[in-house]
Amino acid sequence: MKIKNTENQFGLVAISVHWIAALAVIGLFASGLYMRSLTYYDSLYQVLPYYHKSIGVILMLLILFRIVWRFINPQPKSLDTHSSLEKKGAKLAHIGLYLLMLAVMVAGYLISTAKGHGVNVFDLFEVPATLHGIAGQGDLAGMLHEYLAYGLLGLAGLHALGALKHHFIDKDRTLFRMIKGK
Amino acid sequence: MKLRTFAAASLAALMSVSAWADKYTIDTEGAHASVEFKIKHLGYSWLVGRFNDFKGEFTYDENNLAASQVNVVIETKSIDSNHAERDKHLRGNDFLEVDEFPKAVFQSTKVIPGTDGKFQIVGDLTLHGVKKEITIDAHHIGGGNDPWGGFRNGFEGTAKITLSDFNMNFNLGPASKDVELYLQAEGIRQ
Repeated sequence: MKIKNTENQFGLVAISVHWIAALAVIGLFASGLYMRSLTYYDSLYQVLPYYHKSIGVILMLLILFRIVWRFINPQPKSLDTHSSLEKKGAKLAHIGLYLLMLAVMVAGYLISTAKGHGVNVFDLFEVPATLHGIAGQGDLAGMLHEYLAYGLLGLAGLHALGALKHHFIDKDRTLFRMIKGK
Repeated sequence: MKLRTFAAASLAALMSVSAWADKYTIDTEGAHASVEFKIKHLGYSWLVGRFNDFKGEFTYDENNLAASQVNVVIETKSIDSNHAERDKHLRGNDFLEVDEFPKAVFQSTKVIPGTDGKFQIVGDLTLHGVKKEITIDAHHIGGGNDPWGGFRNGFEGTAKITLSDFNMNFNLGPASKDVELYLQAEGIRQ
């Protein structure tokens, strides 16, 4: 497998980022839901938000890198067997996934930094606060973070269903291309 | 002559009574007032926070302290413990539910004078939709002319409330059931 994409194949970098991001998004969504139900004396009460925020920041950097990578790489063409509706739908969904991931993560960042404190990432570095002190910032960002996350998960589910449809119904190589490259 | 003296004295007394039953606005604009609270963290330390936005007024008559009254309205969403995520939690459903209960109100019902400038303010605190009588241990700190043409009197007070009394039942641990309030109010005479 090549590092970079070609006209017909996904490269190692694109495939790795795809599956890491998929795992991270599912993990962040699940931990985000779960950690809000924890009681004060739960041993995860402090730990889970720390991992949630740290992984969120790392994923943000990864997605920004992925967007740059997309522009300095050829984008593999859709399979010829896909209908033009499928191609357009997939493209829209991909753009939507990028935008939603970025929006969810920015909203999350704005919750934690609402009072001007930065976000500690695995005790390695701190992302400083930028926008803060806006009236109602924490609550508004919190609401957006939640609703956009539901939207992201819904769209990711659609994206996965599409891949499974190609794999099991159309029996084409769409899903394999994201695993083996070709 | 005697009658005139008596009349003058009576008049003076009457005027001073009306002059002393003065209305004051709490100087929140100049932030010479604060509503702070503290609650034990695990029983190991105090967590201190405050409500940044509130308004209030009081009447004060140093010769008839029992006639004094005080009203304060606090914007619950202004809670500030210097921690964005904790403050969001405190504003939310586990504690203040600020969307549903945006204001906390204290209205005094009686003032019980004590000694050395100390007194007790008994009144109704409406917080998180629950109205309950609380007692503030207060004392007069000082009063007089300010350098800008006004006249001020200032007080501080403490009170203790129990979170569960106000229907806030999130378990913070056995040492953290009560909240102590620390109140400062400097009033400008109207």
